[in-house]
Amino acid sequence: MKNFKGKALFLDRSDINTDEIIPAKYLTESSKAALKPYLLEDLEISGFNPRTDIGGKAVIVTRANFGCGSSREHAPWALEVNGINVVIAENFARIFRQNMYNCGMMAIEMAPDQIAYLFDQYADRDCEIEVDVDKGVVKIAAGDQKDCIPVKIADFDKCLVKAGGWVEYADRNY
Amino acid sequence: MMGKTLAQKIFDRHLVNKPFGDEINVLRLDAVFCHEITTPIAINDLVARGKDRVFDPTKIKAVIDHVTPAKDSKTAEQGKSLRDWARRHGIKDFFDIGRNGVCHAIFPEKGFVRPGYTVIMGDSHTCTHGAFGAFAAGVGSTDLEVGILKGVCTFKEPKMMKFVLKGTLPAGVYSKDVILFLIRELTVNGATNMVMEFTGPIIDTMSMEARMTLCNMAIEAGGTCGVCYPDMTTVEYLWPFIKEEFASKEAALAEYRQWVSDPDAEYAAVREYDLSDLEPMVTYGNKPDQVKTVREMTGTPVDQVYIGSCTNGRIEDLRIAAGIIKGQKISDSLRGIVSPATPAIFSRALEEGLIQIFQDAGFCVTNPTCGACLGMSNGVLANGEVCASTTNRNFTGRMGKGGTVHLMSPATAAATAIAGKIVNSPLFKG
Ligand code: SF4
Repeated sequence: MKNFKGKALFLDRSDINTDEIIPAKYLTESSKAALKPYLLEDLEISGFNPRTDIGGKAVIVTRANFGCGSSREHAPWALEVNGINVVIAENFARIFRQNMYNCGMMAIEMAPDQIAYLFDQYADRDCEIEVDVDKGVVKIAAGDQKDCIPVKIADFDKCLVKAGGWVEYADRNY
Repeated sequence: MMGKTLAQKIFDRHLVNKPFGDEINVLRLDAVFCHEITTPIAINDLVARGKDRVFDPTKIKAVIDHVTPAKDSKTAEQGKSLRDWARRHGIKDFFDIGRNGVCHAIFPEKGFVRPGYTVIMGDSHTCTHGAFGAFAAGVGSTDLEVGILKGVCTFKEPKMMKFVLKGTLPAGVYSKDVILFLIRELTVNGATNMVMEFTGPIIDTMSMEARMTLCNMAIEAGGTCGVCYPDMTTVEYLWPFIKEEFASKEAALAEYRQWVSDPDAEYAAVREYDLSDLEPMVTYGNKPDQVKTVREMTGTPVDQVYIGSCTNGRIEDLRIAAGIIKGQKISDSLRGIVSPATPAIFSRALEEGLIQIFQDAGFCVTNPTCGACLGMSNGVLANGEVCASTTNRNFTGRMGKGGTVHLMSPATAAATAIAGKIVNSPLFKG
C-alpha cells in the first residue's frame, strides 16, 4: 500500500481540471518522474504558488468536482511522483476518481459541510492528515486540535488500494 | 417488472460479473479504441509486467491523431510505440499518417461503432460514440490497459438522466449551441456518473454528425456518456457497413430498436426543454459551463479562428462554415485555421470546393489532426491571445499557455473570422 499520511495542501476552488493538474504539453513525457516539476503548473488561485507550496505535502484537500476534463492518468501520476497519494474533496470527476484507485491511490469524498469545516479550521495551519483504510477514517491534526472523520471507502476501491492497482487483479480474474 | 433504459440494457447484455456486490459491473467490451497519447503508457506497462498481449486484435482500433505529423522526438516516439505495437499484434485497423484522422471522427466513419456496443478509449471524449446508441466512455490508461489485455472494464451502475428536447431549432442554431446551453443548465459537475440520454423531436431530425457533436460534450457536464436512440438516421449512416448483415434497412432498424429505452424506465432526472427560441451560444471564461448568447458576447476581439476537432470538424461543419465564408475574406486582424477531421472529410471537402473557399478566404487548411485543440501543435496560442474555436474545452491554457478559448458553432466561428470579432452568423435571424 502507498503512504496515506502527511502534510496537507488546501486548494480552495471547485472544478480544478486535469489541464490545470498537468498541462497537455507534458503528455509527451514517457516516464512518471518527468512530470514531477509540472504539477498544478497552470492552476491560478490567489496565494498559491506551485513552485513553493507543493513540496513536502502528501494530501490535497479541495472543494467539488476535482479532476474534471481529460482522461489523462498523468494527473494522478503527477500527484504520485510528488508524494501526494490522497485527494479529499466533495466529489470527483468519474474518470479521475477511477484512475486514482486504479493506481492504488485514494480519492476520498466528504460532505460539503465537512470540507467547509476542514477549510475553516485547518487551511491556514500546519496540518497533518492520515487516512486509515481499514477503519475508514480520516484523521486531521494541527497543534492541539484533532478531528477524526469517518468516510466511506467502497470494497472495490479498498481492494484496488490494497492490491496496488487494477491490472493484476483483472489479469487473475478475467 | 420495471422497464430499462438503453444503457441498462447494454449493461445487462455485457455483464461479466459483479465482484463487489452490486457496486461494480465488470462489462465485456465490443471495441477498445487507442491513440498515441494515452496508449503507449499502457503498452509500456504491459510489457514491463510481461503481459504484452491483446484480447482480440480485431476489436482493437488504433490511430495516431493528436500530434501528426510528429512535431518532435518525443511525439515521434509516441507514434512509433503505437505503430510497433499494432504491427506486433496484428491490429489491422491501425491508421497511420496519410490515413489518419481525429479518433472520434474516424472510428464512426469506418463503421466501428454499432447500437448496443460497449466501447472504451483512453480519451474523455469517447462519449461521442453514444450518438449511435452505444455505451462509450473515456477511461484512464490503467482501465485502457486492462481493456486491451482482457476486453473488460468496470463501471458503476450508471444513473440515467433524460433530456427531452422539443420544438425546432431556429435557422443558424446547431447542436453545438444546444449542448453549450445544456452544459450551462447543468454546470460542469451536473451529470457526473450519469448517462445523458438525448431524446425528442429535435434529436429525431438531427444528422448523425450533429448527434455526435451533442454527445461529444456530455463529458463537459461530467457525464459518463451521451446517448441517442438508434433510428433510421443511424441505420442510413451505418448501411454501407451492415448491408451484408441485414436483408433490408427496416430489418436493421427492427434489430437496433431493441436498445431504445422502455417507456416505463426509471430516471434519476428528466429535463424537458423547448428550444424553438434558442440562440447561438458561446463560452466565456475558462469552464465550459460559462456560456452566454453570441449576442451578449458580440464584439469580443479574436486573434485566431479554429474550425476542426472531434466536436465540429466533420463534413457538415465544413459545409456550414464554407457557406458563410464563400466569396469573402477573413479579417486582417486575425488568422484562420481549418482542420478537416479525417482524410475522407478532407477529400469530400475538396470535391465539393470547400477547401478552395477556405483558402480563397485566407484560411490555412491543415491535415486531419487534433493539433491546436489541445494546444500541442498546428495553431498553439501565444500568451494573451484569444481563439474562437469549434472545439470542446476552454480550460485555462488549453490551446496554449496564457491563451483564451471561446467555444462556438462552426457557423459562429465562420462569421467571426470574417468580422474579426465575435458575431452571430448571417444565418441566424433572431
Ligand atoms: S480533437 Fe481535441 S478533444 Fe477531440 S480527441 Fe482530439 S484533442 Fe481530444
